[in-house]
Amino acid sequence: MLRIRPELVDAMVAHARADHPDEACGVIAGPEGSDRPERFIPMVNAARSPTFYEFDSADLLRLYREMDDRDEEPVVIYHSHTATEAYPSRTDISYASEPLAHYVLISTRECGNDEGPAEVRSFRIVDGEVTEEPVEIVA
Amino acid sequence: MSVEVRIPTILRPYTGGEKNVSAEGATLAELITDLESRYAGLQERLVDEQGLRRFVNVYLNDEDVRFLGGLETELSDGDSVTILPAVAGG
Repeated sequence: MLRIRPELVDAMVAHARADHPDEACGVIAGPEGSDRPERFIPMVNAARSPTFYEFDSADLLRLYREMDDRDEEPVVIYHSHTATEAYPSRTDISYASEPLAHYVLISTRECGNDEGPAEVRSFRIVDGEVTEEPVEIVA
Repeated sequence: MSVEVRIPTILRPYTGGEKNVSAEGATLAELITDLESRYAGLQERLVDEQGLRRFVNVYLNDEDVRFLGGLETELSDGDSVTILPAVAGG
């Protein structure tokens, strides 16, 4: 299960809406081993694409160095789907490389850039296997 | 010549859980061969027939080796190599 504060969910959805129709992506870091998402870090989608996302390679190194210095890990890795449901695609599954992370997907297919319903779901992706998990929003 | 190599979480099962390991090599290719000799299976996760795998980033100090010499990138004593899988998807 993913336990997450409401303002972090809102921040991911706002990022996804702002970047629609391209995919938005980012991380919520938290203290190592805590499983607590705390620090919201929106990333640039270097692919700038409606069907693909990738962190820029220099940004990626900076991000991991910074998390290391702060004894953090990527508790949540999020990205948006802009035309399909909030479920991991085949590419999402094949490139998933953080077995401890919650992979959060946000679908903006209904809301686009506007207010309106955005689907938010969370998954574990380990060794090519996807398991959906409940999201508990706790203030 | 000794180079420190930073191993990402997903590859730590190969290094017995170690986050940082030392390895030897005058080039990145030699370094990976040296790593493979002690941590069997690691090489296949880093390279394929084309060279470095597309969704694995390897940095020499602060620079992505794709912008240096790829697998032929030369290493010096005291360098640090960081391996990070790309964060990507569709």
